[in-house]
Amino acid sequence: MIWLIPVIPLVGSLVVGLMGRSMRRGSVAAIACGAASLALLVSLASFWRLLSLPPDARVLRHSLGSWIASGDFSVAFGFLFDPLSATMALVVTGVGLLIHVYSIGYMGEDRDYHRFFSLLNLFLAEMLVLVLADNYLLLFLGWEGVGLCSYLLIAFWFERPAAASAGTKAFLVNRIGDAAVVVAMIWMILLFGTLDFQTIFTGAPATLSHGSLAASVLSLLLFAGAVGKSAQLPLYVWLPDAMEGPTPVSALIHAATMVTAGVYMVARSAPLFQLAPVSLEIVAWVGGITALYAASIALVQTDIKRIIAYSTISQLGYMFLGLGVGAYAAGIFHLMTHAFFKALLFLAAGSVIHALAGEQDLRRMGGLRRSLRVTAGCFLVGALANAGIIPFAGFWSKDEILLAAYASGHRLLWIVGALTAAGTGFYMFRLYFLAFEGESRLTPEAASHLHESPWSMRLPLVLLALGSATVGFFGIPPESGVFHRFLGPSFPVSGHEGGSAPSPSGIGLALAALVMAGAGILMAFRYYLRDPKKPEALAERYPTLYRILVHKYWVDELYDDLVVRPTMAGARFVSASFDAGLVDGAVNGIGSLLGRAGALLRRLQTGHVPAYVLSILVGAVVLLGYLAFHGWRSTG
Amino acid sequence: MRGAGCGVRGAMTGTVPLSAYLILSAALFAIGVIGVVIRRNALIIFMAIELMLNAVNLTFVAFSKFLGSMDGQIIVFFVMAVAAAEVALGLAIIIALYRNKESVNVDDINLLKG
Repeated sequence: MIWLIPVIPLVGSLVVGLMGRSMRRGSVAAIACGAASLALLVSLASFWRLLSLPPDARVLRHSLGSWIASGDFSVAFGFLFDPLSATMALVVTGVGLLIHVYSIGYMGEDRDYHRFFSLLNLFLAEMLVLVLADNYLLLFLGWEGVGLCSYLLIAFWFERPAAASAGTKAFLVNRIGDAAVVVAMIWMILLFGTLDFQTIFTGAPATLSHGSLAASVLSLLLFAGAVGKSAQLPLYVWLPDAMEGPTPVSALIHAATMVTAGVYMVARSAPLFQLAPVSLEIVAWVGGITALYAASIALVQTDIKRIIAYSTISQLGYMFLGLGVGAYAAGIFHLMTHAFFKALLFLAAGSVIHALAGEQDLRRMGGLRRSLRVTAGCFLVGALANAGIIPFAGFWSKDEILLAAYASGHRLLWIVGALTAAGTGFYMFRLYFLAFEGESRLTPEAASHLHESPWSMRLPLVLLALGSATVGFFGIPPESGVFHRFLGPSFPVSGHEGGSAPSPSGIGLALAALVMAGAGILMAFRYYLRDPKKPEALAERYPTLYRILVHKYWVDELYDDLVVRPTMAGARFVSASFDAGLVDGAVNGIGSLLGRAGALLRRLQTGHVPAYVLSILVGAVVLLGYLAFHGWRSTG
Repeated sequence: MRGAGCGVRGAMTGTVPLSAYLILSAALFAIGVIGVVIRRNALIIFMAIELMLNAVNLTFVAFSKFLGSMDGQIIVFFVMAVAAAEVALGLAIIIALYRNKESVNVDDINLLKG
């Protein structure tokens, strides 16, 4: 039955994509949302079946048959439904369905309605293939599928040059990581002769010794893929630009599909990473630094969606930090809670943009709470959850990661994480205060357009807000909650995850992080609500810091100078020298050679009949002479 | 057909030998070839071609007589019929050519020059 989970949205995508043009909008939306909800129902049913099994035997498998069979090597269309896949499938289909419903209202006036819903369904299907695959190749199929869908959806409004180039950027940056994954897969075939998860993971400790160079390099190659897909340093640059797509797409990319793929892949490959302490250390540090880095950029941005985008990068950094210190369940737990509140934040931001007829600049918002009550309330819940305020979802998962970092001896990473928490509180509430509270700074045009969104957009908001407020409770008490006991069998046991009761020092650490986040919020309150002049004064006092942050550390410019321009210059050089010189030269050379040979030969065609006759005569004489001579030789 | 002749030797003895016919024929053929190659007037070239055809005819007749076989003479009739048709066509072409080019000099006719 589990194979139905990705197949249903795929069928929905095909039906809507091929026949949607002649359908009414209502039927398009009904088919697309119906496919998503059916996938959710099948996931739930599979989940119940999984729960009915004893904890150690909670694995469902189904193979649709052989995909590749070549000598000893074979790959099956095999699906795997274990606690990790189940969690991912439920998050993807659940949050995905709400985003589908939201899109009915948000995209209601777009002329490419059916194309949008077809791609949305396809995105869901590819992500489900990714999380349900039981081997690396099928995972990679989904991996590339979500890459393709993200390209198509980010560049959905392809008439806009910014959207088209953002789509291309996302696609190209992802290719870098994907290349590493391909190399890793080839190596795994050489090492293990298969790409099947179970065979590799059971055989890995024997083939690769603990801490060996091969294990480190192999796991780092996989991590490089995750860095690209999950937008970590240094390959994060595509994600902020991806805001050019429609807002539901941003929500889908950030919450349910795409960026979580990297986290999932690392979590799935935990047995490999477990063999390489160096790789885990690198994963943790990349995650921690990315978290702080992205949060610092988010402090000063003015585009409502970009702030949330940098927030996603930052939260993904937390997830990798969790995975890196061996708290796999905590990382996936944060992935789940993040899916709820990040989808909520994006959809609420979309609701604001929708209400203001496309306005995205925070400097032209303010006081929206009075007219957008539902949106403002939901956004506040999302902001609290993102900032990690007790008892909202983000608190439980984030603090568990920080605790795990501290408990595993990464004190410095704990400090990085706590600093990030303060930054998160600040930028989230700066966003909230600037958009929803205070004086209205709307343009008259936007003010006249102002209206609360239709029910199809408010309903997902309310449901996601409920989720953001409550899903954290699955993780109580930390490290031994319902969620962790369910997910536990999917991961190798790492040293410090003992399921101990929260110790006094743990509570103290959680309080410390909470205080940091609270301080961030308080600062945002003081600077943006009580004294709106202060941020400018602050920016004037630290001009260098401010400029660095506003320009996002000039990383885009750096990549432009280091990679894009040299590549373009190289391409231009090759096209001018190699292509125009060698390739065109060879082709043109052969052409002109034949032309010259023809010009030479055409002189034989004099048009003079006597000349032709003469040549016939000469030919006849030669032929006769030869025959006579030959005849004489053979008879004589 | 062999029976129609009165013996191979008897036909030739006392009269002109076969080689004389062949030499005459070869001479006529050579004159024809030279005429085709060196003359410029299309009509003359045409006549030279007729000369070559008739040189061949002579060879056929000579061998026919020498071998006591009628085959060669039959072929000669074919050749003459074809030559007549050829003359009709060829002269028509030459007339058409003259009307277009006001000349029957083959040096002036080089439309097929590459």
